[in-house]
Amino acid sequence: MTLAASRLEKLPRSVYVVLALALAALAVFPFVATDFYIQMVARMMILGIFAMSLDLLQGVTGLVSLGHAAYFGLAGYTLAFVMPQDHAASLWWTLPVAVGASALAALVIGFVVVRTQGIYFIMVTLAFAQMVFYLFFDNKVLGGSDGLYINFKPDAGLFDLEDKRVFYWFTLAVLLLVYGFLRRLLFSPFGRALAGIRVNEHRMRAMGFGTFGYKLSAFTLAGALAGLAGYLWGAQTGFVNPELMGFHMSAHAIMMVILGGMGNFAGAVVGAFAFEYLLHLFKDLPTVGGFDAGKHWQLWMGLFIVLVVTFAPRGLLGALDRLLGGFASRQTRKNENVETGGEGLAHE
Amino acid sequence: MDIANFLIQLLNSVQYGLLLFMLAAGLTLIFGIMGVVNLAHGSFYMLGAYLAWSLASKTGSLALAIVLGTALSVVFGLAQERILFRHFYRRDHLDQVLLTFGLIYIFEDLRSIFWGDEVHGVTVPALLGDSIRLTDTLSYPVYRLFMSGICVALAIGLYLLISKTRLGMKIRAGAFNHEMTEALGINIKFIHAIVFALGVGLAAVAGMIAAPVSSVYPNMGAQVLIMCFVVVVIGGIGSVRGALIAALLVGLVDTFGKVLLPQVASMLVYVLMAVVLLWKPQGLFKQ
Repeated sequence: MTLAASRLEKLPRSVYVVLALALAALAVFPFVATDFYIQMVARMMILGIFAMSLDLLQGVTGLVSLGHAAYFGLAGYTLAFVMPQDHAASLWWTLPVAVGASALAALVIGFVVVRTQGIYFIMVTLAFAQMVFYLFFDNKVLGGSDGLYINFKPDAGLFDLEDKRVFYWFTLAVLLLVYGFLRRLLFSPFGRALAGIRVNEHRMRAMGFGTFGYKLSAFTLAGALAGLAGYLWGAQTGFVNPELMGFHMSAHAIMMVILGGMGNFAGAVVGAFAFEYLLHLFKDLPTVGGFDAGKHWQLWMGLFIVLVVTFAPRGLLGALDRLLGGFASRQTRKNENVETGGEGLAHE
Repeated sequence: MDIANFLIQLLNSVQYGLLLFMLAAGLTLIFGIMGVVNLAHGSFYMLGAYLAWSLASKTGSLALAIVLGTALSVVFGLAQERILFRHFYRRDHLDQVLLTFGLIYIFEDLRSIFWGDEVHGVTVPALLGDSIRLTDTLSYPVYRLFMSGICVALAIGLYLLISKTRLGMKIRAGAFNHEMTEALGINIKFIHAIVFALGVGLAAVAGMIAAPVSSVYPNMGAQVLIMCFVVVVIGGIGSVRGALIAALLVGLVDTFGKVLLPQVASMLVYVLMAVVLLWKPQGLFKQ
């Protein structure tokens, strides 16, 4: 199975050195960059958090949600609802409320969707996300198709989020916290149980695990973290619209996770950066002989997606791993083979 | 709601349900037999509608456009199956989701290059342009009855093909067990190509006959795809009978929802899906 073969839970130290260097570069970036690029990279980091939340389902638990943007958008909308028109509300209560709203929605929807499996799960998550999308799209009270404005950045008290650099570093800190939390979770008994469900759910159930409860918890947690990203997105752009919870946004998140490499959360962040950068690149293409190549970014993106899925199933971190890994990566691959072998046996 | 109005809504819901069935049948067959999740199925519906508009305005005849358009889209479907999809039969659903999502992007952009981003109307042929009078004040367009007729004819044809013919027997065998079917000397590659072309053809015909009623616009594929997913989920994946019953059910709920509860109409079918899933997580007619 590709799902099992493409996971990169443990990476060689050399890959972590590269990632640490990239992190250091991110930390000093606002000192050298213009406002435009500071905001662009902050957006990439927000999407990185969103992609990590999906990776908990997709890369760790093996549940491919095609409706993950619903929870992302819901938190953004919640911020828009609770933020007063004339002054900033505190970060310290609006953030928990927005994340809580996403978690609650994920809990309710998850109760229905985690009963399904495989392709059914993909279709059902999409359908429910679409329900949320239309709820906001068709409803004038909820902003309708035009969306809502958020006039102020949340008031953090200790630091000023209206300052673009401060907002950038705040986002970076959240990104690191979420990464650290998810890594801890991955190697906790809970995380091991989720990984067990990905490899073979029947076996986990036979061993006495209540897989429904585990999957529902993972789905709710992933929804809450997607909400965290959505809250930051709403705060940064000052604007939310139904597109945030649409089909394309959900599919983009899946793409980011695959593109970076699944199962270790760093891949999701790398994927989010790469994906956003590519979009930027394609949209900026020049006009050649009367043909506006930048206007047709969807065509290039589509071709790129088809090529990646056909030829590079292990993603960018997988490629980096192979480039730098040496012995360590051979060891990882050997472990993966053992695992896939086990899965193959169980199916026979 | 008086009797005549009720009758009109009932006819509308059956017509919408049958149209959804044409799409969902292709989707569920392609999944049931080849194990491929095709997110780009809605794009074939869109392609059909644009072909109908384009060919009808060139030839001046919708009937001719439908015949030519069907042939073109079947050839297009066959080419895709041979070039791309056949490499993905044994791959993970995730890869298939990505592949077909990439294809949606490509098709949407090509549509924009060839046909632009405007909304186009397609005229109903003069022969079918009349209305049938139900009461003194209410009448029903003949074209909508014609649409339902075409769908019923194709549904019966599909049923006969799958359950009564030799080819249908091979298709059913292929859905049941690939290796065994191949071992019996049946050319499974040929079966796959036929089923894929059948699915694409049904989706394109649905788009073509719907064009005069719904008009032709960008994004029409995505909307219809999601309704198809709802139908397939309710009916049970791989079941053509389930798709038929679920499609009619969705047609009823959607049409009457818009008349009776317009505020929440767009959510009603999803509520229906949630209820069915709570009761039967595998759909009504899981095989």
